[in-house]
Amino acid sequence: MPPIPSPTLSGHSPRWRLVLEVAFWLLAFSAIFLMPRRLLLLNEIAILALFALSLDLILGYAGIVSLGHAAFLGLGAYTAGLACKHFAVDPLLAVAASAFVAGLVGFATSFLVLRGTDLTRLMVTMAVALLLGEAANKMQWLTGGSDGLQGVTVPPIAGAFDFDLRGRTAYVLSFLTLLALFLIARRLVASPFGMTLRTIRDNPLRAAAIGVPVTRRLVTIYTISALYAGIAGGLLAVTTQFVSLDVFEFSRSADVMLVLILGGTGYLYGGIIGAVAFKVLQDVLSGLTPQYWHFWIGLLLVALMVVGRQRIGSWITRPFSRLRAFGQPNAPDNGGVS
Amino acid sequence: MTQPALETINLQKHFGGVHATRDVTFRLMPGARHALIGPNGAGKTTFVNQLSGVLPPSSGRVLLEGIDITHLRPDLRVRRGLARTFQINQLFKDLTPRQTIGVAVAQRLGIGGRMFSHFAADRHIATEVDKLADDFRLGDVLDLRTADLAYGKQRLLELAVALAAKPRVLLLDEPAAGVPEAERRDILGVVQALPSDVAVLLIEHDMDLVFAFAERISVLVEGALLVDGTAAEIAVDPRVRAVYLGEGNHG
Repeated sequence: MPPIPSPTLSGHSPRWRLVLEVAFWLLAFSAIFLMPRRLLLLNEIAILALFALSLDLILGYAGIVSLGHAAFLGLGAYTAGLACKHFAVDPLLAVAASAFVAGLVGFATSFLVLRGTDLTRLMVTMAVALLLGEAANKMQWLTGGSDGLQGVTVPPIAGAFDFDLRGRTAYVLSFLTLLALFLIARRLVASPFGMTLRTIRDNPLRAAAIGVPVTRRLVTIYTISALYAGIAGGLLAVTTQFVSLDVFEFSRSADVMLVLILGGTGYLYGGIIGAVAFKVLQDVLSGLTPQYWHFWIGLLLVALMVVGRQRIGSWITRPFSRLRAFGQPNAPDNGGVS
Repeated sequence: MTQPALETINLQKHFGGVHATRDVTFRLMPGARHALIGPNGAGKTTFVNQLSGVLPPSSGRVLLEGIDITHLRPDLRVRRGLARTFQINQLFKDLTPRQTIGVAVAQRLGIGGRMFSHFAADRHIATEVDKLADDFRLGDVLDLRTADLAYGKQRLLELAVALAAKPRVLLLDEPAAGVPEAERRDILGVVQALPSDVAVLLIEHDMDLVFAFAERISVLVEGALLVDGTAAEIAVDPRVRAVYLGEGNHG
């Protein structure tokens, strides 16, 4: 029997998709050699992409809106920063601790978040991030408060790979983490579990009526998403060797939402494409107009919404589905169905 | 006496000042072909919502095969063999029928929580989906987006999804509502072909469909059970006629 096409990629044959995907990841990896001077930027992109991927898991697949996802990024960043500062643990272990702490808090707060409607969720997620940010501010003895966490020295990974100033080790670490977590996420959303999430996203009432335990599913994915965001935060701390209160800030939560909308939701590559677009635009625009670059991002967003193609990814993949449709005159071209 | 498949005891529901369900004591026997009729606003859907667990009753009890399920979550009722369809399509617009039915099958097989097996490649799910698609005339639209299906096909999908849970009690909330005449025959066909061991409660306005299907009929008026009897008894009951004709007189 034919495989079930994913609703977002129904226009592409599996073979084309595979070629595109492998090419994409090879290109991203070869950036180490192609753009050796921009590795710090690439590292930031990879971390933002991971953060956006984590938001996509709840927003794109389970329909949970959040304006406080920075809560978990921040928790992860402080956990890894503190672990390195006080215990000089291996960076990989520090990031694992980030995942654990963020996942634990994600699990605990999921019960608050999952009550109520979208608006309630927006408010509660935001409130959780604000609370954590303020707690980090108050706990100066631990976090350094508004001065940030000073004196984080990160030992070499496995005692062998030291973090260099150019960001080579940093990017390789972030890139490989992103790739691994992306592959796990892709597995997850194609599983029966992932499919039940989509039924909840589309209609929670009906999902329950066909036997899906809605709350349990949402708690699970929210916890996983928090864990992912925690890892992004952990990577941020170990690769920049510094943590400040801005990891909890509202603008982090808002930016990652923007990144995901830019790239497209419910489509794991959306977060990655959005992160690349966002960071490159930020880099270019802030070079031109340091004060007003948000203006141009805003303008782009408006243009994107008006044009209606919400997904930059579809600009890349659509030509391929056209190409394929050309060979098979009867093939439906629904590559852009969102 | 045999145990009812589904039973309510003194069920009451208030919405503020509105008394939507009045002391309803109702029995659905195993394998029954039972219809629940009543004028608009009689509280039929409210009643079904309490049976399926969408609404908690104000007081009274709901028993499924003798077990009290009054406070059980909807998804756990499905697990115990109580499934329903919805009056207004409550489908997953961005999923395909194959995915929709597949999820219901996966939940019934107890593998809906698996995170690392491949949904689309699962043989058990695929076999059952194909079988249900055949039974419900959905074979040709299995991989289309649900929102793009013809209305009649969406109604058939409603039924197929409910049946995917292999229920012993099935609540059909106006399965033919809004379906054009030509496609009503399809709906009636599949409703009549439902497995005979499943107790079916049909909520319906269309009297042709009701009398073609039901052996027993209960009449709900203003939230209370007016009368309960065989289809033949109900057809000649003067009270039922009064209710329906009375409603007609008021326009």
